Amino acid sequence: MAALEEEFTLSTVFLGAGPDGLLGVEQSDKTDQFLVTDSGRTVIHYKVSDQKPLGSWSVKQGHIITCPAVCNFQTGEYIVVHDNKVLRIWNNENVNLDKVFKATLSAEVYRIHSIQGTEPLVQFKGGAVRGLEALLAEPQQKIETVTSDEEVIKWSKFFMAFKYPVLIFITEKHGNYFAYVQMFNSCTLSKYTLLLGQEEKSVIQSFAASMDRKFISLISLSSHGCIYETLIPTHPSDTEKNQKVVRSLLLKAVVSGNPRNGVALTVLDQDHVAVLGPPLPASKECLSIWNIKFQTLQTSKELPQGTSGQLWNYRENLFMLHGKFLTVIPYKCEVSSLAGALGKLKHSQDPGAHAMPHFVNWETSQGCGLGSQNSEQSRRNLRRRKIEVSLQPQMTASKRLLLAIKKDSEKHIEVELRKFLAMKQTPDFHTTTGDIVTGLLGRCKAEPSFYPRNCLMQLIQTHVLSYSLCPGLMEVALEKSDVQMLQLCLQHFPDIPESVTCACLRIFLSIGDDSLQEADINMESVFDYSDSVQDEKMEEQTEILQNGFNPGEDNCNNCDQELNEKPQDATEEITSCPVIPKRAALLNAVLHSAYSETFLLPHLKDIAAQHITLFLQYLYFLYLKCSENATMTLPGIHPPTLNQIMDWICLLLDANFTVVVMIPEAKRLLINLYKFVKSQICVYSELNKIEVSFRELQKLNQEKNNRGLYSIEVLELF
Amino acid sequence: MRLLCPRPPSLEGMGEFKVHRVRFFNYVPSGIRCVAYNNQSNRLAVSRTDGTVEIYNLSANYFQEKFFPGHESRATEALCWAEGQRLFSAGLNGEIIEYDLQALNIKYAVDAFGGPIWSMTASPSGSQLLIGCEDGSVKLFQITPDKIQFERNFDRQKSRILSLSWHPSGTHIAAGSIDYISVFDVKSGSAIHKMNVDRRYMGVSKRKCIVWGVAFLSDGTIISVDSAGKVQFWDSVTGTLAKNHLIANADVLSIAVADQEDSFVVGTAEGTVFHFQLVSVTSNSNEKQWVRTKPFQHHTHDVRTVAHSPTALISGGTDTHLVIRPLMERVEVKNYDAALRKITFPHRCLVSCSKKRQLLLFQFAHHLELWRLGSTVATGRNGDTLPLSKNADHLLHLKTKGPENIICSCISPCGSWIAYSTASRFFLYRLNYEHDNISLKRVSKMPAFLRSALQILFSEDSTKLFVASNEGSLHIIQLLEGNFKHLHAFQRLSGTVEAMCLLAVSPDGNWLAASGTSAGVHVYNVKLLKLHCTVPAYNFPVTALAIAPNTNNLVIAHSDQQVFEYSIPDKQYTEWSRTVQKQGFHQLWLQRDTPITHISFHPKRPMHILLHDAYMFCIIDKSLPLPNDKTLLYNPLPPKNESDVVQRRTAHAFKISKIYKPLLFMDLLDEKTLVAVERPLDDIIAQLPPPIKKKKFGT
Repeated sequence: MAALEEEFTLSTVFLGAGPDGLLGVEQSDKTDQFLVTDSGRTVIHYKVSDQKPLGSWSVKQGHIITCPAVCNFQTGEYIVVHDNKVLRIWNNENVNLDKVFKATLSAEVYRIHSIQGTEPLVQFKGGAVRGLEALLAEPQQKIETVTSDEEVIKWSKFFMAFKYPVLIFITEKHGNYFAYVQMFNSCTLSKYTLLLGQEEKSVIQSFAASMDRKFISLISLSSHGCIYETLIPTHPSDTEKNQKVVRSLLLKAVVSGNPRNGVALTVLDQDHVAVLGPPLPASKECLSIWNIKFQTLQTSKELPQGTSGQLWNYRENLFMLHGKFLTVIPYKCEVSSLAGALGKLKHSQDPGAHAMPHFVNWETSQGCGLGSQNSEQSRRNLRRRKIEVSLQPQMTASKRLLLAIKKDSEKHIEVELRKFLAMKQTPDFHTTTGDIVTGLLGRCKAEPSFYPRNCLMQLIQTHVLSYSLCPGLMEVALEKSDVQMLQLCLQHFPDIPESVTCACLRIFLSIGDDSLQEADINMESVFDYSDSVQDEKMEEQTEILQNGFNPGEDNCNNCDQELNEKPQDATEEITSCPVIPKRAALLNAVLHSAYSETFLLPHLKDIAAQHITLFLQYLYFLYLKCSENATMTLPGIHPPTLNQIMDWICLLLDANFTVVVMIPEAKRLLINLYKFVKSQICVYSELNKIEVSFRELQKLNQEKNNRGLYSIEVLELF
Repeated sequence: MRLLCPRPPSLEGMGEFKVHRVRFFNYVPSGIRCVAYNNQSNRLAVSRTDGTVEIYNLSANYFQEKFFPGHESRATEALCWAEGQRLFSAGLNGEIIEYDLQALNIKYAVDAFGGPIWSMTASPSGSQLLIGCEDGSVKLFQITPDKIQFERNFDRQKSRILSLSWHPSGTHIAAGSIDYISVFDVKSGSAIHKMNVDRRYMGVSKRKCIVWGVAFLSDGTIISVDSAGKVQFWDSVTGTLAKNHLIANADVLSIAVADQEDSFVVGTAEGTVFHFQLVSVTSNSNEKQWVRTKPFQHHTHDVRTVAHSPTALISGGTDTHLVIRPLMERVEVKNYDAALRKITFPHRCLVSCSKKRQLLLFQFAHHLELWRLGSTVATGRNGDTLPLSKNADHLLHLKTKGPENIICSCISPCGSWIAYSTASRFFLYRLNYEHDNISLKRVSKMPAFLRSALQILFSEDSTKLFVASNEGSLHIIQLLEGNFKHLHAFQRLSGTVEAMCLLAVSPDGNWLAASGTSAGVHVYNVKLLKLHCTVPAYNFPVTALAIAPNTNNLVIAHSDQQVFEYSIPDKQYTEWSRTVQKQGFHQLWLQRDTPITHISFHPKRPMHILLHDAYMFCIIDKSLPLPNDKTLLYNPLPPKNESDVVQRRTAHAFKISKIYKPLLFMDLLDEKTLVAVERPLDDIIAQLPPPIKKKKFGT
């Protein structure tokens, strides 16, 4: 998998980059430092990790730099060419470029190539190449021309192939492209004609090259937006002058054809390329990483301020001009695998309810808790005793903590608890934790002022506690109206009795808004609904209610009419959330908790009528939010599901129908719900009908797959 | 002089066959009605709705080692072990039956005179039997060493007694009836409590609430399961309801409690099995409560019966599977025994074949079917389906007379004789083929001693018939044109009690091998009519036997997946067999969970042994090296090229095909032709009644 990291701007100073962008970004002899040459007169030396320039040099007014500055890795000096023929060499101590070493050459320089491990190479516009040392020994030496007339060098790259430097450059003449490969170990120059294949007319926009065993893999991006690969042998088989190489299509339409600013391409590793350009003709430019092995887009980043269509790649950093600024985007490419390229199921990010170890081996926990030694278990006990010996430090830590709980201050307990929690978890960790909580609660009961809230919160978040391990905990929290603790318990305990769930619900509904504001409540299950609601949406609402099914001439229409009498009223009811977000978060925790209807119903009857109405309104609001989108889910990280909402509506109505039906405020709500249920029944009856038809189809399908009762087949055993 | 350079036999296409793939054996196993687990012998008795009773040896890789054929009028409703290892059943014909586990027949049947019997249970001491009858009576029987004796009636109840359970001390019993549970005092025989069960089902009053199962725990708690989907806990001292679990929308049909009383299992009509465990309320308290811990959905239909062995939950029902689900926390070693077992097919052959005429004889509970295989002239490559020039014909449908199920059947290799046996009669038929017509003539006047056979076998030349009778003797009968002559009877060997249930005869007709379920295999000399030798007994029961042509090597497969080769002339294990035992079989071979049910040989390739179980067919080439645990035993991928073919052919001795499954029978018709009888599970499911429909959508 490849990923782009957060971008950062390198230069806050305005770079004199015209429409042509920069001349180049080149590595310096120190990691993390780069030479940036703009298309005017300036060379700037940057340290990327510090995001600041270390030095800057300019040529005199009237001169213009024609070739990006490079670093001579052997001497640490910098080399630049201005006015095509004038070569300058300097180092960090020099301040003024006019006073540094100067050599005037006899031919125009195309580029200077410098890579680690070999001396810099000067390439002339005629295609000829000289080593720097040899050139400086005789600057005015005659430079031959390799390319023919009107043949222009479009791109070149210098790299090491099996310890020997190789230079590849591409020339263009009348729409035909040629590749030259110069091997410095054998001093051979091979010329290849690039056959464009079917897309004869396309203009190649950008090149990149990498070594692939015995071939140079030349990747090109054509103006159609397709990426092609051309394999050029490093050891030419025959010495024939004009050889041809064919390119093959790697990826189609990665950028739109004929963009304004041009597009760029660079190879990241053997499987990944980065492409800069607009993915659609009208869209903003994007930097994308593609996996060419599996032809998948790995990641992409929009660059809204436009680029110059240039892209450099050094040491997992991509350099480009974004707007007016030089921007660096670090990237990471991992070895590509199919799973990585296609993406795999992400683990749930919620570390809360899901990570809980739901499976408890009852026998083990029993054995630990009671210390009972059944005859059946005696064999296993041997093994357990061995474990216990190795667990001595843990036992002492928990014992110390239990002692501390009996008498020490809250602070001290917290310290001991931290020590205990830092220990590695063991099989009986959860029983020990249960004992600690029981100890804490015992002291709470004895000393009314003692309430070690932080300790308890930390213990709940170990995910090993359950209601049955510490039954007193929630009672204490209910007594203290500690809604935050109650929310945490509801989120983490799998086995809260219905009566306690109901008591929590009662507190959550009745607690004042002002005291809620103070509480620090986990809000992840709540989405800010307020801004997404618009009045226009209400017109669609009645449609959506029916869930795609049109009941037609149904007695539902009666209630429709009733509804339409007071449309204003309905809008009022639905558009805003009836409770504040903090209360919503608490109520959502109740919605998420497990329950059994039979046991919950009697307790729900104890809730006051106005609270029931409020809760119903909130649930109805959630339902409408759900039905606004096609997936029937709520936005947010851990929102209540549609089923939970519906079940709770049913439960509340079952428990309190006689009360609710008498409250005038609830009348509209009930009519809405009635209408909704009616339409649901219609939908389900249709679904049940469809199910039967589907089953018949399935049967037919099975018959087709049946291979018959008798056949003679050939079997060969190996 | 010619130089002979034969290729090794294994290379010349050892495995190319035309396979008659037969799926028209319309076999449907009967649903399971009762299971009873015996802790002493670690055996499981299973009764089916057609009255068949099967005994599985859980220690011997769950092998079905014995069976008692069913009977139309003997619908078994209850099954229990008593007095150690005596097995009793009771059913709707009002009779209590005891089975003879050695001779494999019914010892006796006693009428209880209470109408159909719905329930039966043995007392905790094992010396008494209690039955619940249609007329509401609960009857106590004393078990005597060779029979049972009626002792007395308890207070008559007003409706049928569907379930019974003893208190572990033997002083009280609980009886489940319709709408109520009664508690009886055993001493006085009077009902001391009557606990009414709530009829309401999901708030709606149902007509009746049937108490399908009760269990009496030593602390006085009675657990009941009923047709309203409830599991209820009652206090037998006060006669009050203590706890109620509503676990299903349909009937809860069965309950079984572990001996330690710390866990029990119930089965529902929705096919779900629930495990309940006694768990401490909090970590440190001694107070425990019953908690429903695990649901299992291994069945599609009613779970009619459950059992609780010390390490596993066992369930069976209408969908005909016997499911053994080990409790992971009680399994000491996490080996292959800890895996879930689902047993669907019997561990014996229901198919026999006449090679000469290409006939297959299928054995059903109450009839036999004779089919002639089709033919083709085409040839093809591996995996091809060849066009048929003649389809298979159904030649004969032979219905049995009387209510008894067929025990065994056989067709002679020449195709002219068919023999089968029920529990009380032996039938022999002569078939005449005139062009397309078949005439069938029963050979009458079978001798009186040929009343019932456990296994029938014809000699290769179809001139002799070998019958293993359930008295333990082996009969040899000379077959003449339309007639027969009794040649000899090998009497039961002194000191052995068990019946022979597997036979094998050598192709030259000289040797007869016979095996019971546990003792060794006996080899008789048919010419001299005397016992030749006995193969040393092995710990695990024999699942299949066969004698190889020419060499007269006896190949024996055991339920622990070991295969032995024993030379009859030399009276010792062959060199190959010793090598195999020394090196051991491949781990995956030993981990297969169905037994080998048939062994045959290739007439032209003496080094080959052909054998199969329900999920694979294998040719063992004795000339090749044995696989060790590191080599790939079975490679389902077709070979890529010629060298791969050669490499794989010579790699190791086991050539396995898993194409045909579930495989009920596989044999070699001639050198190049195999016949495979498959029974796809889907076809069985299609013939079962529809399961309880669960609504996917809606209110």
